[in-house]
Order: sequence, then C-alpha cells, then structure tokens
Amino acid sequence: MSIVAVQLGQCGNQIGHEVFNTICGDVRGTHGLCSKKENEAYHDACTERFFSEAESGVPVARAVLVDMEPKVISQTLSIAARSGRWKYDDQSHFCQKQGSGNNWANGYSVHGPRNKEVIMNLVQKEVEKCDRLSGFFTIMSMAGGTGSGLGAFVTQCLRDAFPTSFILNHVIWPYGTGEVIVQNYNSVLTLSHLYQSSDALLVHENDVIHKICAQLMHIKQISFRDVNQVIAHQLGSVFQPAHTAEAGLHYSRNPLGDLMETLVPHPEFKMLGLRNIPQMPENSLAYSTFNWPGLLKHLRQMLIANAKMEEGIDWQVRPLCPGSSISSSHSTNKLLHFNTSLANLVILRGKDTHGVDVGSFRDPSLYTSWLNPQDAFNVWKTPRAFNKYEKSASLVSNSQFLLKPLDNVVGKAWNMFASKAYIHQYTKFGIEEEDFLDSFTALEQVISSYTNL
Amino acid sequence: MEEGVVNEILQGPLRDVFDSKQLITDVSGSGNNWAVGYKVYGCQYRENIVEKLRKTAEHCDCLQCFFIIHSMGGGTGSGLGTFVLNLLEDEFPEVYRFVTSVYPSGEDDVVTSPYNSVLAMKELNEHADCVLPIENEVRSDILFLNLQTFEVKLLIYYSARFEGSLNMDLNEISMNLVPFPRLHYLVSSLTPLYTLADVNIPSRRLDQMFSDAFSRDHQLIRADPKHSLYLACALLVRGNVQVSDLRRNIERLKPSLHFVSWNQEGWKTSLCSVPPVGHSHSLLALANNTCVKPTFVELKDRFMKLYKKKAHLHHYLQVDGMEQGCFSEALSSLSDLIEEYNELDATKCGLRTDPSRLKIAV
Repeated sequence: MSIVAVQLGQCGNQIGHEVFNTICGDVRGTHGLCSKKENEAYHDACTERFFSEAESGVPVARAVLVDMEPKVISQTLSIAARSGRWKYDDQSHFCQKQGSGNNWANGYSVHGPRNKEVIMNLVQKEVEKCDRLSGFFTIMSMAGGTGSGLGAFVTQCLRDAFPTSFILNHVIWPYGTGEVIVQNYNSVLTLSHLYQSSDALLVHENDVIHKICAQLMHIKQISFRDVNQVIAHQLGSVFQPAHTAEAGLHYSRNPLGDLMETLVPHPEFKMLGLRNIPQMPENSLAYSTFNWPGLLKHLRQMLIANAKMEEGIDWQVRPLCPGSSISSSHSTNKLLHFNTSLANLVILRGKDTHGVDVGSFRDPSLYTSWLNPQDAFNVWKTPRAFNKYEKSASLVSNSQFLLKPLDNVVGKAWNMFASKAYIHQYTKFGIEEEDFLDSFTALEQVISSYTNL
Repeated sequence: MEEGVVNEILQGPLRDVFDSKQLITDVSGSGNNWAVGYKVYGCQYRENIVEKLRKTAEHCDCLQCFFIIHSMGGGTGSGLGTFVLNLLEDEFPEVYRFVTSVYPSGEDDVVTSPYNSVLAMKELNEHADCVLPIENEVRSDILFLNLQTFEVKLLIYYSARFEGSLNMDLNEISMNLVPFPRLHYLVSSLTPLYTLADVNIPSRRLDQMFSDAFSRDHQLIRADPKHSLYLACALLVRGNVQVSDLRRNIERLKPSLHFVSWNQEGWKTSLCSVPPVGHSHSLLALANNTCVKPTFVELKDRFMKLYKKKAHLHHYLQVDGMEQGCFSEALSSLSDLIEEYNELDATKCGLRTDPSRLKIAV
C-alpha cells in the first residue's frame, strides 16, 4: 500500500524533499547488513510505499507540492531532478505568487477555498497512481500562513474526499523565541482544526532538533538544512518498511493503519512524539558500536523522564508504584516529572534485532491506568539497517511528551489574545474572535485530557 | 508639481529606468501648502494618476505592494502624496501600501512644515499599512539619506525576491509588525556591510553587525529603541548567515531590550542567501517601537506653536474644500496616536500578571 505525501508551504516542501532524499539514499545504500533477499524485500516495500515508476526508470516520489509562492517549490523540484536518483512528478505541484503573509486566516479562508479544486485534482491524480492507498502524510509548519492555514484546510478536504483513508499530519513546532511573531496564534488555530480532521499529529520541535544538531551532531553553524536532515532521518526511521508481527515474514503492507492502530486508541489523544537514537555525525559512525540493551535502556529513560535526546537524561525520574492514590497535587507532580504514556511503539532496525528483550516497555507503571499495557505497547523490527546506522532504535509515543510545549504555546497565544493584538489581521480575512475562542477551548480540552492521564 | 527635480532625473544616469510616459508634472509647485497639493492638484490630476497606475499595474504578474516615497514638510509630497495614498486604497484595496516619509527637522526652512506634516499624518494614520519614518535631522548628508532609504527598500524587496532558507514576503512585514491598525510606524536600522573577501566571517564580526542594528547610531530616525518599548521586531538578513547565528544573537540581545508583555518573543526573522552587491552580509532591523513617539510629540508641539497664533492659516483656508475642521481633526488624530503610545509605555514598568486561562470542566 502506498502513502501520498502532501508538502505544504516552505517548511513542508523543504522537509519533504529531505525525507525523500533520505529514504532513497537508504534504499540504494549498500549498508543494509542483511541478506540479499531481505534487502530486496525492503527495497520493493519501500518503493511501493513512496515511489511510482516512470518510463525513464528514475523513481518518482508520490507527492503533491503546494505553496502560495513559487521560489521554494521550483528550487525543490530542480534539486531533486538534478540528483538523478529520484524526482518529483513535473505536474504534481501547485503554487501561487503572493504568499499567505504568515496569516493563518489568509491560508485557510482565502487560498484554501480559492484553490481547492486544483489542489484536490493533483491529489486525486497521485492517488490514482497507487495500487492501494494507505493514506496521506502531510508535512507543514504551524508558524507560518500557508503550511498552517492552507494545510488545515487541505487536511479537512482530504478527510471529506477520502473518508476511509488514514491521515497523518507531520507538524513542525517553531522555535520558542520566534520565527514569526504571530506563530502562537497560527499554531493554536492549526492544532485545533487538525484535531478534527486528522487521525494523528506527529510533532517535531525546532528547538529540540536544533539541540541535537549542536550537541550530538556537533554542527557549528546550524542551518535549516541541517535541522531538516535530522528530521528526515527520524521520519525515515519510522516509515521505512518494518515487520510488525513478531514472527513476521513480510513487511507491513499498511504502515499508516498499523501506526494508528497501535498508537491512537482514543480520538481525544492524537499527539505523537518521536525519539530516535543514536544520533551522531556520519564520520563517527564507523567508530561507534552499540548494544541493544544499552540503547533500549536509554530510550526507556528518555520516555519516562521526557528527555529530548540521549544526552542529559535525568536518571532520577522513576515510574510511580502502581496502586498509589492519585490526589490532585500528585497529578501535578506527575506532570512535572514523570511522563505517563497512553501507547508506545518501538522500532528496531539493524543487526541482531531478533530476540531483543523489550519487556521493560511493557511495565504497567509506564502507562495510564485505564489501558491494558499489553495493548499499549508494540514493537516493530527489521534486520535491515537504516541510513548507515548499524543499529537504530525509534520510539513513537502517545504520551505527555508534548503536554508542556502545547501548554506553552496556548499560554502565550492566550496572553496575546487578551490584549487583542494582531486580531484585526485575522478578522479581515474572516476569522473572528469566536473562532479563536473555539480553538482555545478545544486545546484546553486536549491539555486537560493529557494532564489527567 | 514642478518640473525641476523630475527633469534632473530624466537627464541623469537613471533616465532609462523611468518610463517617461509615466511621469506627471506641473509648473508652479504647491507652494509648500498641503491643501494645494491635496485638494487642488489632487482633484485636477486624479484621473491622470489613476490611469497611469492602472497601466503600470497591468504589467505586473502579481501586484503585492505600493511603495510611496515622499516628504511630509512640503506641499506636493505631503499633500498630493497623501491624496495618492487615499486613491490607492480606493482603487487597489487589497494591495499593501508602504510609505517612506521624510519628516522635517526642527530647523526646517519651510515655516509651514508642521502644518503640512500633521495634516499628512492623519492620512498616514488612516490609509497606510506601514510607515517608515526618516528624519532629516539624523544625517545632514542628503545623499547618504537617500542611499539609506534606498537600501532599506532594496533589502525588503530582495528578501522577497531571492531564495533563502526562511523567506519573507512583503505582506509578512505588515502582518508581523502591526499589532493594532493605527500603530504602524516602524523604525528601521541598517547595518553594513563588511567588505571582506573571506566568506567565512568569524562569529564575532557577524555578532557586531547585530549589535549595531540596535544601537542609536544606526537608526534612521533620531530615536533610541533600546530604552523604549518594543511591540515587535523583524530581522531581515542577507548573505551567508544561518539560523543558528540568528538564534545566538537574538538570545544575546534580548535581555537588554524591553518587549511588551504580550509579545515577549516578538521576533520575525528572515534569511535570504543572496548577499547584496559588493558585500557579504547585511542586516535590516525593522521594529515597531514606542521610540517614534518623541518625533510625533515634537511635531505636535511645533504645530501648536503656529496653530495657537493662527499663523499662516489663511493660506490653507482659502483653498477650496479646506476648513478649520480639517486642522482640528488632524490634531486630534495625532493626539490619539500619541496617547496610544503613552498607554503602551505605561505598561513598561508595571507588574506583569498573565490573564487567567480558560477553565475546562473535566
């Protein structure tokens, strides 16, 4: 089954390009460290998922590129084509000239309806190229105007047009200290709308990835390209083929469906965080060895202590004993220190994955009391190494990972809303104060739900 | 409205840049009288102006913005200039109107410049999307002033035209820097511009560029934004600068700047990879800051000195369509604006209490 990617806005298109680049590089690489048969199966599964065939033999990404100004798309298309290893379909993009002005309302209420038909036609064409459609993977940032506003509108349209397909939104949280001044407004409006149409939101925070680039990848002058490449690596580690059943002989045919089934048991809880270890500069890879118990130990502690990367983990944080009474101050303590999960998925790629013991992730004290931990945890594996890492472990988590960032964003947006600053910029495109209030209400509800896990 | 300056341009090195069919001139000038510029020439040339605007607009694939450049103190730039501003709003309501206004100095030799400026201010308050004030007092060298203005425009323009890892379009300036419709006066500062052949600039040189942008000496109006209140700030960088350089400098400079309580992280950033000609980097800082207030307060004072004595008023009132009411309305518009800035400044030292969040029933 295939996934159609929808790249929205500057961020969406820049990241989307890196994702396809990483996937293609991984599949063509000679560092698979597995049998030829395994490698071929991996290659076939990946190709079916992300690429379609062209007469020239160069794989064509299953993607629709959308932006309200032309520079980024034209750059993205040409860089991909020049690589010679893969490309985008020349027809599969849509752009306008004037941009969305960082204005969510402009993206949602003006550009969305105006261009709905053209965009959905492009999506339909990509869908028709698939033998079977698993669903949609949209990539966007929350901070700007196109990815966020038009992205929310397009997600709604996808839901209406394809009611039985899965929709996973990859959402980029901007730097806390501002890329766009109205980013918190745009974020609140985006998240509240996506929650209604999307199956799950997979989140990456720029601040977190920036730290990974600085402290783990040792990059001195970090560019957006560096940040995007780390994000692409992490996404690839989730979406590349893996065996989902314990004794699985075939690669999963329905990646998005499997993801939703394992991680989103309840529609109130759709926020997914992602961790991937190890991360290091490429030239260090040859000199580093890891063992699975060590990696899993780190990953588990990262989950419990809500650590963003494998350095600076707080090892003091411990799960609470099951059966202890939950008073309100206790839950506050839980909020501050211990990350409670709803569901977790661990993906292991590389050497010696068979027989790796993941029992520590099944510990009931990691999870909320109203779910059976046997249902809450899953593990996928493949002996095929990913992106030159001999061993790579990923954690996709539906937990309180994003509670604090979400609370921060809503808090700042509310602070600004109370002074009515910038509201006139939204009302002039048809988003009124009541719409803002609806969005705030929806997100406070999400915050409350996650707090009470 | 007189031919001298336009003729000079047409004979100068830039003559081929301008389409001579798109020029409108008259003979006698506006006599440094806003009313003549606005009411007399405005009416007279309205159709002509609209026709020429439409013609130019038709050549554009996508018209995003009008740049208006004028002075406030005289008659034509001030009067006819603000008339044109009104016109643009009527004829092209969805196109942004950016105005660069040259404010007169205290020693301006045009006696009636305060009247002209205050009458023009009312129009700017109501019809401009963004105004970049520039003061004649800052630099006595007119050539430098013109160059700086031009550089500012160019920087904004090229950030939109050329590629970078974080693009910024012109409409984003208004969106990010104008939190309330009338508070759309921006201070700008430009920092050069190291002519180094070495592409890998050592960090501290780059950092110096950022520091300079916030210093008093690099502002294009006589103002000290560091000691006033920021409502919002945009940094437009060109050249080989990455997001980490931006972040590092924002972190470094933030503690010494005062931001309004509801916009503590009020930064808008853009990175354009194409450097300006002859230089490896440049930085334009555009800020919405209460440090513009003194400029307006002084203007009001100079206006009042004349208005109290009714000096030169008859030159204006004798123009068809002008009444005393125009003056009082303009004065009131300026006073209201100053009051809005006062209210914001008052929050600067106050204790900050965040408004309580919505409560959800569990």
